[in-house]
Amino acid sequence: MIRALALFVLFCGTPAGAERIVLGLSQDEVAITATFDGSSILIFGAVSRDAPIPQASDLDVIITVTGPPGPVDVRRKAREVGIWVNVDAVRLSRAPSFYAVASTAPVTDILSAVEDLRHRITLDQVVRTVGASETAPDVENFTDALVRIRAAENLYQIREGAVSLDQQTLFRTAIELPANLVEGAYRTRIFLLRERQIIDTFETEIDVRKVGLERWLYTLAHRQPLTYGLISLALAIVAGWGASAVFRGLQR
Amino acid sequence: MQIYLPIAEVAVNAFLLLGLGGIVGILSGMFGVGGGFLMTPLLFFIGIPPAVAVATGANQIVASSFSAVLAHFKRKTVDLRMGGVLLAGGLVGAAFGVQVFAALKARGQVDLLVTLFYVVFLGAVGGLMFLESLRSLRRARKPGGTLPPRRKHGWIHALPLKMKFRTSGMYLSVIPPLVIGAGVGVLSAIMGVGGGFIMVPAMIYLLGMPTKVVIGTSLFQIIFVTAFSTLMHAMTTQSVDIVLAVILILGGVTGAQFGSRLGTNLKAEQLRILLASLVLLVCGKLALDLLLRPAELYSIGAAT
Repeated sequence: MIRALALFVLFCGTPAGAERIVLGLSQDEVAITATFDGSSILIFGAVSRDAPIPQASDLDVIITVTGPPGPVDVRRKAREVGIWVNVDAVRLSRAPSFYAVASTAPVTDILSAVEDLRHRITLDQVVRTVGASETAPDVENFTDALVRIRAAENLYQIREGAVSLDQQTLFRTAIELPANLVEGAYRTRIFLLRERQIIDTFETEIDVRKVGLERWLYTLAHRQPLTYGLISLALAIVAGWGASAVFRGLQR
Repeated sequence: MQIYLPIAEVAVNAFLLLGLGGIVGILSGMFGVGGGFLMTPLLFFIGIPPAVAVATGANQIVASSFSAVLAHFKRKTVDLRMGGVLLAGGLVGAAFGVQVFAALKARGQVDLLVTLFYVVFLGAVGGLMFLESLRSLRRARKPGGTLPPRRKHGWIHALPLKMKFRTSGMYLSVIPPLVIGAGVGVLSAIMGVGGGFIMVPAMIYLLGMPTKVVIGTSLFQIIFVTAFSTLMHAMTTQSVDIVLAVILILGGVTGAQFGSRLGTNLKAEQLRILLASLVLLVCGKLALDLLLRPAELYSIGAAT
């Protein structure tokens, strides 16, 4: 079907010699349900062109997925009076909650520094725009820690070579979303590159939301905290009392 | 089976949570304690954010104490008047504790505060309990040994604002129970515990209450104070996770049934030494976290 789509696009009129992206997503929505345990999103697409495939250079693809940015505090412990306590803190006002960059080859080989600076593709560039407060002399250590900790939690991913490209036309990759996701619109960007220059970009969004009971409870907890608190208490009493009543019944 | 907790926003294995609730339930059934002081640190260890662990822990204690207090009401071993005075202090303490908790959460020091509280209180209570049970074990071996006489009248009885507590058969100033109640209220809000492990010894040794009404009365106070803490946490920090609470409660109540049967097969002194060692173990683990250089010096917290 993808091939058919690609062929269809091939016959459509696009500017002479231009290569364009036609995209498909396995799903444009991720639902966080009670049994949500991470998700894998298939991002695939085709390159449409109305001229023969240029042979002079290789085609490369970079795909990025950015979770909703939010403010976080990165704190550093130091030893004081014999115990380790949080001493310094740096506020990062726009740290993405998730960032994945997948590419057909090592990004530095296929992307020029200027293009990276313009589109902020690599993690180094993304981290530069997190809006760090200058409350510590060594802010870089804090942004490095952000990347290190989130990479360990699989929230920041660098997947070089994870995009497969068939016949210079069809590309696909799978992005693994971990279980501890933040809700919101996940901005998905696709870059088409030749000779380290970006020749086309495509942008779309993947919507990640809690659904069903999860949605209801979360909304209730934040919109009507008193009702939510009372429900928690009622449920605790019913569950505690009910379970012991069941056991008393069993003993008889 | 992984389950996604809507407020904690993490996915945890449901059976791990059930097992955790069950083990703490077994211990609480065996030793007749609420088990909050074990539950909350264990929740930290499996990766539940401390704020959620503390708030949800308070909710879970409401459940585990409720059926116990009903049984005590039936046996008429609850001193309602004393419970009321302790509760009045407790509510003030809990309200204050929640404010301190919220203020320190904003400054990124809440983990430190909670850990310090745990180390100090678990260390003190565990140590005292351990020494005390060692002493009574030694006494039990030496025949002819007598219990040291208990002091009946101290400075506590010289305080003003006296009140009659008929069920306990005491005529006592309301100041000491108010202060004890308030202290336990602060602990409940900051540590996510019921505070029975502090209140019961305080009631016996400081107030000189008859042992048979102590447990019921402390449970009575604990239910209302933890319920109040739960509501306050739900309203100020939105950190009560209802799904987490229900799973822990189911595991806990089941475990408690088995625990109480196990407990009857062991001698009181052995039980107390076991509990004391357990308390000291958790205390030691938390103390090491403070004293040893952490593997990762940096941490990420939600900006407030």
